[in-house]
Amino acid sequence: MKNRLSRWTFSILISSAFLVAAGALSLCIGSAGIPITKIISILLDGRGTSEYSILVDIRLPRIILGFAIGGALSLAGVILQGMFRNPLVEPYTLGISGGAALGTSICIILKLNRLIPDIAMPLSGFIGALLVILLVYFINTRRGIFMIQGLLLTGVMISFISSSLVILILAISRTEDLHGIIFWIMGSLEEPNWVLIWVATTASLACLAFSYLFCLDMNALSLGEEEAIHLGVDVEKKKKLLFLIASILTGISVSVTGLIGFVGLIVPHFMRMFVGFDHRILLLSSFLAGAGFLIFCDMLARIVIAPIELPVGVITGIIGGSIFIYALNKRSSF
Amino acid sequence: MLKMSDLSCGYGTKIIINRINLHIKKGEFVCIIGPNGSGKTTLLKAITRIIKPAKGNIFLEGRDLNNIDKREIAKKMAVVSQNLPIVSMTVKEFVLLGRTPHYKTLQLLENESDIEVVEHAISMTGIERLQNSLMSEISGGEVQLSLIARALAQEPWILLLDEPTAHLDITHQVNILDLIKRLNKDYQLTVIIILHDLNLASEYCDRLILMNNGQITKTGTPEEVLNSIDLEEVYKTLVVVEKNPLSNKPFVLIVPEEVKKHCGR
Repeated sequence: MKNRLSRWTFSILISSAFLVAAGALSLCIGSAGIPITKIISILLDGRGTSEYSILVDIRLPRIILGFAIGGALSLAGVILQGMFRNPLVEPYTLGISGGAALGTSICIILKLNRLIPDIAMPLSGFIGALLVILLVYFINTRRGIFMIQGLLLTGVMISFISSSLVILILAISRTEDLHGIIFWIMGSLEEPNWVLIWVATTASLACLAFSYLFCLDMNALSLGEEEAIHLGVDVEKKKKLLFLIASILTGISVSVTGLIGFVGLIVPHFMRMFVGFDHRILLLSSFLAGAGFLIFCDMLARIVIAPIELPVGVITGIIGGSIFIYALNKRSSF
Repeated sequence: MLKMSDLSCGYGTKIIINRINLHIKKGEFVCIIGPNGSGKTTLLKAITRIIKPAKGNIFLEGRDLNNIDKREIAKKMAVVSQNLPIVSMTVKEFVLLGRTPHYKTLQLLENESDIEVVEHAISMTGIERLQNSLMSEISGGEVQLSLIARALAQEPWILLLDEPTAHLDITHQVNILDLIKRLNKDYQLTVIIILHDLNLASEYCDRLILMNNGQITKTGTPEEVLNSIDLEEVYKTLVVVEKNPLSNKPFVLIVPEEVKKHCGR
């Protein structure tokens, strides 16, 4: 057991180191390179200089948001994959992202975002996500029992329906709205509003803490629902609470940053390969690694074809997918 | 210890077991036998609360199971089920999961006594050398032993087993049933087991419960239940019941079609 504790400490250290490295790189690299050695002095007494405002007003918010969203998405992924015992489930499988996309598109074509700038889009995205969560939840609850396999199918179908509706909206909307919707769908960590950044960060950290109340139940659930009942887990209650946590995480993520795919699929899967099934370590290390991964991808998105910025979802997809296939081939036993 | 009164249940609106009354005493070694689809597993699932009773109640030490906290139940009743989970964890990690109901709220790590219980369960089942092997890489018999070890780690008073010897060779069959018998004798562990093999049931169990069409057809000692009249009626198959010369327990022999013709029956 000693050996296990040291293994756990090691994997937390590794994922934290990855997170810090990604954060530091992301602060230094960009259209204006700032050497890492100068960063601290700029932050301490460079107030007013252009370098200070690049760091604090442009790069830092993205890093903090990347931390919150990357962590949130991969945490949601761990929870859902554990709950469904299906490695292909990710936060967007449940249709929550589709709901958010639909909400935002409606907000854009109704021009609500001009009425209340900054807040209207995330808010309508969140309302869309919330409606889908409630819909999925009530469709799949029969006589107090939450039917988890149906959940997956309903989620996928709701995704299809909402993406069709989004395409319908795209087809009938005018050019300037079209740009706004597509931009949102591509996903970006650019967020001018500090309040939203802090809301997202607080919420995802709170969900991380909350999820630890259920880590042993999730371990038992990895043997299947029946075995978990045999081990004394109140499966019905725990499934609902876990679904709630995953939904909040996903809802907040998509409404603040739009659709950033793959983080919630790849990172949990990858961490499971490294640290094993035990959710006591899996939850935290996935959160850290997911945060680092998204910050890193966002940095690449900014510099690959600078000064034009790529959608970060493109980078997460390409990098995540390739690393994943490579790792899967190396460890075919998984 | 465990009492079922007028218990009916099934899946959805379909009733599988119908008005069952059964009383199981502390320290008993009870075996449920019967043809496929007779409701054996359903009865077990009702006891372990995988399915809720449609009618009737189950009492554990006089208290209705519905009113007992689920973790409380898991500390008293452990299940060795038939569908083996395919998981990539080591045998020891798997057995440790048996401690789940014993963790206190906000307790994240197992303490000394948890580890002691787990190590004891592992040594009782004789799987020490497998501790660090992956569950997905050990043989069927070893998986069964690990399942039993996990159940023992719950420190139960009642052990429920659903065909623990299915698909195993005779060495493992005897090993596993000897182990369960020992636990039953040494620790007064109440055992409720489903077996398809009537001869194993006859050799090891104090009391047999013969089920057919969701009802209990007969219950009693192996000598009382295992006779060709009752068995032929329930299983619709010709059998011959002899005695095991060493243990004096009934021994059920089947008769193939060709032999039947040969004997003129």
